[in-house]
Amino acid sequence: MEPILRTENLTIKFGGQTAVDNVNFEVPEKHFKSIIGPNGAGKTTFFNLISGELKATSGDVFFRGESLSGKSSVARTRKGIGRSFQITNVFPNLTVIENVRLAVQSKEKIRYQFFRHFASYKDLHIQAERLLEIVLLTSKANAFATQLSHGEKRKLEIAMLLALDTEVLLLDEPTAGMSLEEVPAILDVIKQIKQTGERTILLIEHKMDMIMDLSDSIMVLFNGRLLADGTPKEIMDNETVQHAYLGGLYDEHLA
Amino acid sequence: MKSTFQVSKIILFAIVVALAIFPFVSDSRTWTILLTQIFIFSILAMSYDILLGYTGIVSFGHAMFFGMGAYATAIMLDRFEPTIGIFVLSIAVGMCIAGIISFLVGLLTLRLKSHFFAMLTMAVSGLFLVLAEKWRTLTFGNDGFTFKAPEIFKDRMMYYLLVLGCLVLVYLLLRRFVDSPLGRVLIAVRENEQRTKSLGFQTLHYKVIASVVAGVIASLAGSLYAVSLRFVNTSVLTMDITLDALLMTIIGGVGTLIGPIIGAGVIELAQHYLSGLAKEHPIFERWIIFFGIVYILAVIFFPKGIVGTVKHLFWKRKNPIKIAISSKRKGIAK
Repeated sequence: MEPILRTENLTIKFGGQTAVDNVNFEVPEKHFKSIIGPNGAGKTTFFNLISGELKATSGDVFFRGESLSGKSSVARTRKGIGRSFQITNVFPNLTVIENVRLAVQSKEKIRYQFFRHFASYKDLHIQAERLLEIVLLTSKANAFATQLSHGEKRKLEIAMLLALDTEVLLLDEPTAGMSLEEVPAILDVIKQIKQTGERTILLIEHKMDMIMDLSDSIMVLFNGRLLADGTPKEIMDNETVQHAYLGGLYDEHLA
Repeated sequence: MKSTFQVSKIILFAIVVALAIFPFVSDSRTWTILLTQIFIFSILAMSYDILLGYTGIVSFGHAMFFGMGAYATAIMLDRFEPTIGIFVLSIAVGMCIAGIISFLVGLLTLRLKSHFFAMLTMAVSGLFLVLAEKWRTLTFGNDGFTFKAPEIFKDRMMYYLLVLGCLVLVYLLLRRFVDSPLGRVLIAVRENEQRTKSLGFQTLHYKVIASVVAGVIASLAGSLYAVSLRFVNTSVLTMDITLDALLMTIIGGVGTLIGPIIGAGVIELAQHYLSGLAKEHPIFERWIIFFGIVYILAVIFFPKGIVGTVKHLFWKRKNPIKIAISSKRKGIAK
């Protein structure tokens, strides 16, 4: 079966620095794949190449067998690749519900309607409210996004991503910078999405227990190269990986 | 929430009614003319607010669309019969030209980063100014020309009512426009363009739409302006017009639509009274200096503009707890 997402010799260079180096990977439909690697390994850059925020120097990304080269981030989102950002990236001076409603509006293809009042599209509001319930932000619906705590902003990011209802979800460190108490809520949301079995999820994370718990497979990036790709068990047993990355970090995490 | 909304609607309605009755109870010609002028610049400033306040685009070339309307109407009324029909037709022609030009200019320049875009709009607008100055057979250049307005507008009161009607209509249309799903995306573009793209909105389309709407409305203001003076020269295309629109929008409050109307009132009145004070003391012959000072103070103390500041005060009164929390958080961040 054709994988839903595939890259072929994907490479990007910034000046002399190769941030992503000849990465070939594929992910089958409805699969949960995590991407790990030390800081600076090129994980977020890899996401940026898939979502179209950055243009590849060479190589290509394929979605359902179709080349995405030359396609803008707008086109890729519309095709079905949605992403959340590592650095929270919301609309600060709009309310929480408005943030989500904009994403729902995009999914519903209500893009250029200019005469009816937006409040008359009740369905958008209802959908947005339901998404806020899922990420446990209902009580903040009418607060401005700028007033949210860091953890709440991350939840809002996820609500906006879910609102787009895309087949592929790219989650870039959804728990980064969160306090320990806030992590379980996000974890639950991701588990729920996984359990519905409808999405293909790519997750960048540093929390190893979370990755082991959720992933069908794991790929390891190191200095922009694909170091290993396999089931969680294979990765844990892989000596190169242990040497290059897991060793220090995993021990530290357990401690 | 709803009640405040209703109250503000009633207040607005009352103000419009009062303004409509005004010329019937007052026979001050000066005030009728001054208010007409304020209404016209309100329309221009609202159109600028669509760019600056709602979409976050800074344009230094907005005067070109105002000038297109002014010249379209002036030339057509001069060359053909000065009838209502020609007047309406000339407004439509001006709007079409402004629509096409703003579409083309927007498509070519809105891909650029904001400050480059601002510079380019200034250049394009300068181009139209030079064109109007050199094409003397059509425009009579800097000297300009007078023309006859339709007979019915000889009565200043009729014209006042027409312009007031246009103002109300434009306000209602733009209000609906910014409150539509499309308008919400314009605000999203202003807030975070890159994020709007990643939600799947083609932001360039939205910026071009905003620039066309703003251009067309500015052209209407230009047409009304030309007929109010029954004279047109190249001053309608100068940077001063753009700066006036910019000041009115900023002083009144960006992204509010009502703000630019209030801004237009404040600035037109300030210009009127400050220049009038010259009789009292010769220093007021340099009234523009005072005007500059007032403007600087306004921007320092009311960066959100008059309407923005009032709105913020209301919001503060309603949400004292939220304010306390957010200021506490800021304290921690420091």
